[in-house]
Amino acid sequence: MSNREIEPHTRGTSMFVGDLPVPAGLLHAAVLASPAPHGRVVRLDTTPAAGLEGVACVLTAADIPGENQIGGIIQDEPLLAEGEVHFVGQPIVVVIADEPRRARKAAAAIEIEIEEAPAIFDPREAAAAGNLIAPSRTLSLGDVDATWGSCDVVVEGRTESGGQEHLYLETQSALALPGEGQRLKILSSTQAPTAVQRIVARVLGLPMNAIEVEVARLGGAFGGKEDQATPWAAVAALGAVKLGRPVRIVLTRNEDMRMTGKRHPYSSDFKIGLRADGTILAWEVTYYQNAGAAADLSPAILERSLFHATGSYFIPNVRVTALSCRTNLPPFTAFRGFGAPQAMFVMESAITRAAEAMGIDRLQIQHKNLLSEGDVFPYGMRVERSNARRAFTEVEERFEVTRVQAEVEEHNRTHRLTKRGVAMMPVCFGISFTSTFLNQAAALVHVYTDGSVSVSTGAVEMGQGVNAKILAVAAHALGIDADRITVETTSTLRVANTSPTAASSGADMNGAATEIACNTIFDRLRAVAAQVLDTSAKRISIHADRIRVDETDAALSWEKLIWEAYTSRVNLTAQAHYATPKIHYDKEREQGEPFAYHVFGTALVEATVDGLRGTYTIDRVRIAHDAGRSLNPLVDMGQLEGGLVQGLGWMTMEELLFADGHNITDTLSTYKIPDIMCTPEIEAHFLADADNPAAILRSKAIGEPPLMYGIGAYFALLSALKAFRPDREGIYQAPMTPERVLMFLHGRT
Amino acid sequence: MQRFALNDGLVQAASPSGLPALDFLRQSAGLTGVKHACREGDCGSCVVLLGELDGPTPRYRVVTSCLIPVGALAGRHVVTVEGLDRRDLGPIQRAFVDEGASQCGFCTPGFVVSLTGFLLETESWGEDLAEEAVARNICRCTGYASIRRVIRTILEQLRTAVDPAEERIPALVREGYLPEYFLRAGELLAELEPPALPHVRSERQVVVAGGTDLYVQRPDELAEADVFLVQRRTGPPIWADGDHVYLAASATAEDIKVSQILGRTVGGLDRAMALMGSQPIRRMATVGGNLVNASPIGDMTIILLALDAELGLVSGGAHRSLPLRFFFRGYKDLDLQPGELVEWVRFKAERSDSVFSFEKVSKRTHLDIASVNSAISLRLDGNRIAEACVSAGGVAPVPLQLEDTAAYLEGREPTVDTAIGAATRARAEVSPISDVRGSAAYKRLLLGQLLLAHFHVLFGLEDGLEGKASA
Repeated sequence: MSNREIEPHTRGTSMFVGDLPVPAGLLHAAVLASPAPHGRVVRLDTTPAAGLEGVACVLTAADIPGENQIGGIIQDEPLLAEGEVHFVGQPIVVVIADEPRRARKAAAAIEIEIEEAPAIFDPREAAAAGNLIAPSRTLSLGDVDATWGSCDVVVEGRTESGGQEHLYLETQSALALPGEGQRLKILSSTQAPTAVQRIVARVLGLPMNAIEVEVARLGGAFGGKEDQATPWAAVAALGAVKLGRPVRIVLTRNEDMRMTGKRHPYSSDFKIGLRADGTILAWEVTYYQNAGAAADLSPAILERSLFHATGSYFIPNVRVTALSCRTNLPPFTAFRGFGAPQAMFVMESAITRAAEAMGIDRLQIQHKNLLSEGDVFPYGMRVERSNARRAFTEVEERFEVTRVQAEVEEHNRTHRLTKRGVAMMPVCFGISFTSTFLNQAAALVHVYTDGSVSVSTGAVEMGQGVNAKILAVAAHALGIDADRITVETTSTLRVANTSPTAASSGADMNGAATEIACNTIFDRLRAVAAQVLDTSAKRISIHADRIRVDETDAALSWEKLIWEAYTSRVNLTAQAHYATPKIHYDKEREQGEPFAYHVFGTALVEATVDGLRGTYTIDRVRIAHDAGRSLNPLVDMGQLEGGLVQGLGWMTMEELLFADGHNITDTLSTYKIPDIMCTPEIEAHFLADADNPAAILRSKAIGEPPLMYGIGAYFALLSALKAFRPDREGIYQAPMTPERVLMFLHGRT
Repeated sequence: MQRFALNDGLVQAASPSGLPALDFLRQSAGLTGVKHACREGDCGSCVVLLGELDGPTPRYRVVTSCLIPVGALAGRHVVTVEGLDRRDLGPIQRAFVDEGASQCGFCTPGFVVSLTGFLLETESWGEDLAEEAVARNICRCTGYASIRRVIRTILEQLRTAVDPAEERIPALVREGYLPEYFLRAGELLAELEPPALPHVRSERQVVVAGGTDLYVQRPDELAEADVFLVQRRTGPPIWADGDHVYLAASATAEDIKVSQILGRTVGGLDRAMALMGSQPIRRMATVGGNLVNASPIGDMTIILLALDAELGLVSGGAHRSLPLRFFFRGYKDLDLQPGELVEWVRFKAERSDSVFSFEKVSKRTHLDIASVNSAISLRLDGNRIAEACVSAGGVAPVPLQLEDTAAYLEGREPTVDTAIGAATRARAEVSPISDVRGSAAYKRLLLGQLLLAHFHVLFGLEDGLEGKASA
């Protein structure tokens, strides 16, 4: 089953916002951003910019007609800084000019003086100073305090995991087109068209119905265009409304890397208690989430960390505390996994530390504690159709883990300068937005009089293949050839009040809404066909593009049926809404069923470390993954492989570094992501006969979970390091860069 | 005014000669299949084929259009993804669709161009070669596994259909990999004036060698500038003359990698150069540019320092030479007069008793800037090291020759103890700073390890090298 989105990509004809034909009178926006991490603007002189060639206007907070506020969950983030600045890269002034280079040159000419104030970059320092985005949250199960005494082994530790740059290849971009009167159309590279519409309306002081947001496709997003696409659309909109001319903004890579948020760095404390046989009895963890200077999506991300605190394991006594800490860094944001990867890294670190203390293989602890049917999560939900053990066992057997381990040991016994390591990484990931109200979607389906079909939903295509999946759902529901169907761009005019395409749920929810709309049309068509064929509606079916009475093809084509329906004045359009059933969560009690279902799987990761140079390779990753009944195996395999490699990058070479609040890894030459040369051999397969009654056509969401397989790379590397230096205690600081490797092997501790 | 062939026609560009080709292609020619994602030659989204006549048929190479000035297109044939696309998908495009090897699609045109360039240039249908050819292309979505399947699919087809010795362009046209107009590209280019040879530079011109760093540092300034391109030169880039091997300042990193003269005189150089940049960057980046850029971490500089190279400089008609180790006076401060250009670099050709090794560690093995790099050249007299020259980058404001370390090595046998002694001295001889490439402590430690690695590679030493460096 192919994905028709790909063909124009290979031809170079797919248009991204920066590729759209230049409309008459197009102007370009550039932004002057704060050069200081915290302080007061004591002087701002924009006149040097205003006088430069090609400059159309210079805009500050004072020029905002509505509210200077782009915060979503918490309203704590101005579009343009007023008086105070809170991070390096915070937008202060917008310059609109006839050419992008001139706009940037003019922005650089603006004179600004900032009286610097003390800045905080460390989340623990922020927490100590009481700088929290929201009150801390705690989830509990059982009684940890009463359990420590009955544990045979209790170990404590601290972990760090670094931030991660999304590095979507298409930088943040938007094009605002003024229409008649106060109307505005925005072509935005966003995962959240409705959020853009809502915030732009707020900033411009207009009703939402004055603004249309349309998205054709994104050149990658990975969470980085959920909240973080909005300010750039607002900047373009502000310019377009001020000047009555189209305005485009396309960030340069460097601007994008400096000004936009990334995956949250976490610093965490853990304490784990086990029985001598490896059974985990108690688990206590505190996450210090580095939220950056504004809330953005941090509270929601923190919530998912809470929910994934126990990883793929059942632990009877748990206390998890999470603090979202306000620092003077760009607001950190959504990134594939949304807080779960950070939590799972802590869990796996604790298991590794415990195994080290107990002198046993970490795999033994992992295996012993995997989730079984009916086990309860600390948030009160019981696991249903758990494939945690099945996937783990399948990897052990199919990939002969015992043999692999023996080979690794043999290598390590016979090699002095290189050592190998191996690790298993089980993943259990909850599907649904943790904010229950976001779990809704809608679809609008038209059948035109020639029989061609148009499907619009709230889902945004960003390479994840959602359009291919929606197409499959529509073709299945209507019983016709996919060639008759087009999945349209995402527009707030056709589908309103959309949730962001995020939380891996785009195909689940928008697919379900599409199915309902198609079924509605199908039922109407059945009635028409029954009349034409003079039979009863329940005997009519449409299958493989043929209209049938019972099992026999009828002398009625799809085109004919549609024309009959139209001329009989039957409605050939349906709109449908889908709300994920059953889910609920009570934040007061921290209990509920926030997820529609869970995705399971296990990876086996092998690595080799060069002890002389401190370099390494991730050699091979093999995976058993639960995709339910995949809607499109080609798309799902691509998500699996791509997610894995992003996770590998996060754990190995992708090191986000700030110096005094300045991102010093703000180019592709200083921030490295995996290339084909360092990508391991990947062998992945889907569990056979997996089922999932909770999602569309018994499929499962796949966007985020595979990223967390990459965490296995850290522990495979650590195991190789320990083979060199069994005398040293493991380190739990991701990413495992060549620097950390060499310092572990040969540095002074 | 630059005239050149663009896809199946001829064009003229009136833009300043310094404008990045990428901007001309996207804005003036409307070819938006050429994407821009980094503007520093690190992602491959903007790659195009650049052909020039080599006899009656053109030879094509893949270049990053963000780092090449429009001026450098004159007289050549530029092919973008649009120029490869026809009504029916070609086999590369088809394989991308069938394998699901494109997700968001932003990098895909670059991959299609890169792979086509590979098919035009490669000497054999090896998968490793093809992977190396697309190593310049970054994809954030697919994890490359499906792209590997694309490579496998097309190479399987080509192995049965095209003999690598066959004339390549007609064969690829026959198999549908190239549009038919490629058969006429030679005629198209013959209509154009041949590329202009170096002429006298006017004062307002900016000197651009390979441009691979200059266009990263100063793109906006160059976009409006008239540039003086020093990359074009007649004669071989590398030659032997008397006691020396010469490298023209315009010799590229790729010239060094494939040079037979260098291969004979300096063992292991091709392996060393493979770690430097991607092939398009290696083909653009010049020796002269690398030296004059004065980066304390330039790979070519470190290699040449260990060969104790000498520089030839020219200003007007005046020539002078100086040992490379004296060229770097301080951070980005060179012994180079205004208007003076690097003409050549040379080193002693007689190296039959010598061994050479280059080591580099970076966060990512390929296409990354080193945290620390080092090269060593040892002349052996029987069992002993008669002469040593050791260089190191990333450990001081300038690329260094490690004199104490070299002095220590001379007269000793290449044993584990010698290696450890050299590592200890090398660490003591440098003064790294903490920066984005690593902490000072790490760089110091790493340099010692690279010294050990030289001895491991050159003399097969192993037992005792592990774990002793920090002693």
